[in-house]
Amino acid sequence: MLTYTIRRLLLAIPTLLFIALVVFLLLDLAPGDPLADQPLTIPPEVREEMRRALGLDQPAYVRFGLWLYQFFVVEPKVLIDHIFGTSLAAGDARVISWQFKLPVMDVIVQRMPQTLWVVGSAYVIGVLIAVPIGIVSAVRQYSILDQIGTFISMVGFSVPTFFTGVLLIVIFSVQLGWFPSIYDTQLVVDDWHSFLMQLRQMAMPVFVLALFNAAQISRYMRASMLDNLTQDYVRTARAKGMDERVVVLRHVLRNSMIPVVTVVALGVPTVFGGAIITEQVFKVNGLGQLLITAIHANDLPMVQTLTFIFAVLIVLFNLIADVLYGMLDPRIRYD
Amino acid sequence: MTDAFSETPARPLVPEAGLPSSAAAPEVGIALPAQSQWRDVWRQFRSHKGAVTGLAFLLLITLFCAIGPWLWPVDPGDLDVRNKDVRPIYHVIWDAEAKTTWAHPLGSDQLGRDQLASLIAGGQVSLAVGWTAMLLALVIGTLVGVLAGYFRRLDGLLMRFTDLVLALPLLPLLLVMMLLFRDALRAAFGPETGIFILIVSAIGLTSWMHTARIVRGDVLALKEREFVLAAKSIGTPARRMIPRHILPNVMSPIMVSATLGLAAAIITESALSFLGLGFPSDFPTWGKLLFDSTDRMADFPERVIWPGLAISLTVLSVNYIGDGLRDALDPRIRGR
Repeated sequence: MLTYTIRRLLLAIPTLLFIALVVFLLLDLAPGDPLADQPLTIPPEVREEMRRALGLDQPAYVRFGLWLYQFFVVEPKVLIDHIFGTSLAAGDARVISWQFKLPVMDVIVQRMPQTLWVVGSAYVIGVLIAVPIGIVSAVRQYSILDQIGTFISMVGFSVPTFFTGVLLIVIFSVQLGWFPSIYDTQLVVDDWHSFLMQLRQMAMPVFVLALFNAAQISRYMRASMLDNLTQDYVRTARAKGMDERVVVLRHVLRNSMIPVVTVVALGVPTVFGGAIITEQVFKVNGLGQLLITAIHANDLPMVQTLTFIFAVLIVLFNLIADVLYGMLDPRIRYD
Repeated sequence: MTDAFSETPARPLVPEAGLPSSAAAPEVGIALPAQSQWRDVWRQFRSHKGAVTGLAFLLLITLFCAIGPWLWPVDPGDLDVRNKDVRPIYHVIWDAEAKTTWAHPLGSDQLGRDQLASLIAGGQVSLAVGWTAMLLALVIGTLVGVLAGYFRRLDGLLMRFTDLVLALPLLPLLLVMMLLFRDALRAAFGPETGIFILIVSAIGLTSWMHTARIVRGDVLALKEREFVLAAKSIGTPARRMIPRHILPNVMSPIMVSATLGLAAAIITESALSFLGLGFPSDFPTWGKLLFDSTDRMADFPERVIWPGLAISLTVLSVNYIGDGLRDALDPRIRGR
């Protein structure tokens, strides 16, 4: 198992380098000019000077190498400095966002809490809803509960998040006025009242994302439970006179969770990607919204770094899912 | 999106008449061996209520978009300045004062464009994008899958490449691609065709991987079957083997991933339009109509709800068709 993990980790390095290169080359082809939003009155020689200051006069491989160096060497140093108060990175140039004129990582760290709060809690809630629905649907297959559960999961799976989000805004914030339609990121939670405010503004985006995640995961849970319920060991357990509750919750559930756990792990990075739309609908200024504004503003270092971080998450959680699968199911042997 | 793919039957269709039918009615199974397979599939499909409703709805909405312009000959770009912000006709039921007119049964927007005509025109574009992108993804996926499964030399290379593409963050890359090639293609093919080509190829190029993996797995299993061995031993070359013996037997997973691909393509197109990186602003698609109306949805919720309903119901019906198809094509379930 350990050798397998190490081999996969080593294999992830060329994969990630290749992805970084693909993203870089795609962005390098971009026809957009990062100086396009500067005033036209700037004389051409000053404009040239500004381009040089951004490093745009260098050939592509130099810029790619520089980005790699800054991302993998300078940024970790900054992180170490931040934690231990050392000054390893003093004087090193960091990846600077053209849009904010700030280090890209600082902006990302600023935006991270919003995304983690909204998306993270939505994912946890989604899983918590999905598992019981999947269990009930499978145990009482073709019952009314199963029909309702499957229908809701089908709807949650089919209706795009931008429509559910907009629909919720129309109903709950326009007609009923229960929840605010725009997420206020300035809100500081320091007392009971502001905590309630925070809960109210999180309710709708979390609900939208949780419904979408729960729909996907409960389909898996149901299929996996159904597969296990027809196995021989279940019949044996029942034949021994075991309580149905014990059979389902101890024997079947634990075995059915194996594929579901890996699916949950695999879904974590796609949640960050899928949340781009939900963040846009509710004006949550998290990572997804940062990416969209960076794309519109031609902020290439920001787009490059964010896309690469998403790629790292995908590769990492793929690895976690495979390792978990091997750990939970002793029949799976990778070596 | 990913879960439904792995639920597809891992084993291919039985090339002979399905076992269950011959067991149930032996005399029919022997008399009509060639016809019974697809008839069985159809019978099983019909017993899935959701799938039949989905198919009916998909046909209905396709028909609505296809012959709609003849039934309702209003140009969606036409500006009816006197009738701006007209509410839908059914609004009279609860609000007699509302500004309604039979000239615009679903109302008009802030520029006086007819909403019903926009919905029809938008549906044509959304469905066309969905079908073409799905077909493109299917062709690429099947090609890669069959090549990787059939030729051992290509297997490692093609599957590593597939895994690599799967590790790419697709939605951000789609957005970047839209931004990059928009102007170039618009200059080359005109604003509408250019964006159409761009969206279709972008969606197609980012959604073929699951089909490729499923098809490869099935081809690998098929290669070990006796009928392939028999065909090989009479000297059938690969270029005849693949279309004649391999492809017909991987049709069922391909068809199931086709339905899922269609649903995903429609959603992706509307998501792109919703994020403002889709078709140009005067060119209606369902996602675009929804996006344009969100600013004034407090006053005119119907402008958001109709296109949103159209997208959701279409995707829902396609997903139900996929579910029914999967059950119908699975020989383990079919006989029950």
